[in-house]
Amino acid sequence: MSNLATKRDVEPVLQMRGMVKAFPGVKAIDQVDFDLHNGEVHALLGENGAGKSTLMKVLYGMYSPDAGEILLDGQATKINSPSEAIAQGIGMIHQHFMLVPSLTVVENVALGMKSSRGYRLDLDDVAAKLEQLSHDYNLSVNVHAPIWQLAVGEQQRVEILRALYKGAAILILDEPTAVLTPGEVDDLFRVLRQMTAEGHGCIFISHKLHEVLAISQRITVLRDGRLVDTIETEGATRAQLAEMMVGRPVLQNYQFPPLNAGTPRLTLRGVNALNEREEPGLIDVSLEVHSGEIVGIAGVSGNGQRELAQVIAGLRPATSGTLEMEGTAIERLNPAEIKDLGLSYIPEERMEDGVITEFSVAENYMLRDYDSTKFSRNGVFLRFDAVDQACSEAIRDYEIKTPASSTKVKSLSGGNIQKLVLARELDRNPRVLLAAQPIRGVDIGATEYIHQRLLDEREKGTAILLISEDLDEIQLLSDRILVMYEGRIVGEMKREEVVLQQLGAWMAGATEEDPAPAFA
Amino acid sequence: MLEDIITASVFASTIRLATPYIFASLGEMFSQRSGVLNLGVDGVMLLGAFFGFYVVYITESLILGVIAALIIGALMGLATAFISVTLKAEQGISGIGIYLFGLGMSELLYKELVGTPRTVAGFPSVDLPILSDLPWLGEIFFQHNLLVYLAFALVPISYFILNYTTIGLQIRAVGQHPDAADAMGVSVTRIRYLTVTLGGTLSGLAGAALSIALLKVFQQNMTAGRGFIAVALVYFGGWRPYGVLGGAILFSFVNALQLQADVIGFELFGWQIPAEFSNLLPALITIIVLVFASKRKEKPTALTKPFERGE
Repeated sequence: MSNLATKRDVEPVLQMRGMVKAFPGVKAIDQVDFDLHNGEVHALLGENGAGKSTLMKVLYGMYSPDAGEILLDGQATKINSPSEAIAQGIGMIHQHFMLVPSLTVVENVALGMKSSRGYRLDLDDVAAKLEQLSHDYNLSVNVHAPIWQLAVGEQQRVEILRALYKGAAILILDEPTAVLTPGEVDDLFRVLRQMTAEGHGCIFISHKLHEVLAISQRITVLRDGRLVDTIETEGATRAQLAEMMVGRPVLQNYQFPPLNAGTPRLTLRGVNALNEREEPGLIDVSLEVHSGEIVGIAGVSGNGQRELAQVIAGLRPATSGTLEMEGTAIERLNPAEIKDLGLSYIPEERMEDGVITEFSVAENYMLRDYDSTKFSRNGVFLRFDAVDQACSEAIRDYEIKTPASSTKVKSLSGGNIQKLVLARELDRNPRVLLAAQPIRGVDIGATEYIHQRLLDEREKGTAILLISEDLDEIQLLSDRILVMYEGRIVGEMKREEVVLQQLGAWMAGATEEDPAPAFA
Repeated sequence: MLEDIITASVFASTIRLATPYIFASLGEMFSQRSGVLNLGVDGVMLLGAFFGFYVVYITESLILGVIAALIIGALMGLATAFISVTLKAEQGISGIGIYLFGLGMSELLYKELVGTPRTVAGFPSVDLPILSDLPWLGEIFFQHNLLVYLAFALVPISYFILNYTTIGLQIRAVGQHPDAADAMGVSVTRIRYLTVTLGGTLSGLAGAALSIALLKVFQQNMTAGRGFIAVALVYFGGWRPYGVLGGAILFSFVNALQLQADVIGFELFGWQIPAEFSNLLPALITIIVLVFASKRKEKPTALTKPFERGE
């Protein structure tokens, strides 16, 4: 650490001063200062919409700032495009990987670079250098494979190798752990430590407190586009960081009453289904969710979770197997019939499948039951007074922040839209609740609220199937955890027996026979 | 009966008639591989056909005629790029606009500047030494005008550019994932201007191939929809140069059969097939092709989507 201290005395490699970037209607960042030293990981922490990505996209030349200055090695500089950022030694690992799926690893690395052979590609040279780098950093990658064949973790390794290949002295990582298994996160941290030991500076964007505490030397917190503070990681606590992010004390400690499971309400036996590409997406999935129980489905994104939710909701046909709700076969029913049996569904893609953004809050609120006697006469003529009244009650009960029930949903924040979806789905007193990624893109305050409502439903005896890529959320709320990998359920654990390493191994593809697959 | 139709001269005219398809489709392929659908090909071909014809008519220089067609094609390509890349217009609709402009403008200029049907000398056939003396094959492949040879040479050249050069890699990346290309410092705008302008240039050449090499006259709407078939051929060929070539030959074969049938009549199993029916064939094949081609793997995922830097 003394090494680090001496480095701190010299000028930072990067300084950003008074950065401002406004979009129509919002100031995404407002007078933000940020700096970075060689050899450190500087974490950038904040809620969704706090301005982290905007600040970094300004640094990477993707947005031009409205005000503020950027200094590299003490020299004021302008970065007008990503190619200028790359030329100045800045690399960025984007949250949504910037890799062309149909191209190979080596083609993706060569893209946008000068070739040693003039106008002709020099893929062999690039491949050789890339393999050397992948050896040096112990990041194994098949450089000739097309990107679409690679798992998410491998794709991220390609992104990191590409940045190193292009000579990035400063590496920006935008939510790099969001798509990784715990084992892969450990690998990523190992690489980051190796890079900082060699003098690279890393900017680590995250909203996961424990990761930020584990990997960084300094932490900068943003809230609503403004700088809250920059602090040393040493001595910082989770509670302190959460409070800085949200602006008020946060207690992520829920009352978790003992399990009081009743009869099975949702039963799947040997269910198979195809995915979007007409390949097997669900393979022999069997599970049971009882009254008063939360069953969590863990797994890295794209391992069949989406197909599972769609099959249960009736949006995707099962090719074989049976699905039952309280004894009634539902595999041949349409979504409306399944809904009428008492299924409520919080879809993963809230903005696409959960709400109609051009509709008002009230219209979205009645979307599920618009034809019930509650909201219409004879299922034909809408009763707007009843809709408005019920919606106003929901706005109050669920603490939805909206100017009015007639406001268009597109102008609400992610957290408030999710509360609206939750209100619509819970007010019908469901028998079974299917919640897919309920807190994705939702701020800490709303997360707390949504989780509490899910636990209340559990108390009321609703059977809840919770699908989430956020392992913390799964652990926090589930009575039982099932892990999905490549369309199968590969492992099951009860709440009191959870071993994190085992969960991580399952998420990475370990089975009973092959308990420890290679991560790298 | 069948041997009257399938003759060496039918195959030779298949090769000849493939020329405008190959030029226009290769150009359109580059444009689409970078993510821009240009439906205006037919209109640009008509302008290329007129300017090529007119300049040859005035100057009696084939080279100047070709250059004129290339220039008008490039200008139309630039205009298309401006509309669909800079102004981000709906590509299907703006392409129809380009087509109608080319159709109307070529008619107007023809009426104003030429008026009555005229012929020009046009490109002569060039027999390749030795090869042209081969029985059958010589007549089919090696007794054509220069533009025919150029069109066929462009196929491997396009293949090389697309797969073995830095610019080809950039084109493929921009059409599949413009955000990724942008993040890697590739200018999406620059690449799309380049490919769309190239597409226009080749469309202009395709038109000239019709008016000063194949037919040696200019007529109003003389492309008869070939530009639209050229767009369909890109889908048919799966966005690959050799696929496009295969499609071009298939369609020109159908065209050649039509011409032959018009001359000697077309009889199948004792039925006289009406000429109107054989004229429908290209359109029918186009529709069938498009139904099946829409799921190809190489299809650029960003096709018809204007690029906007953002989330």
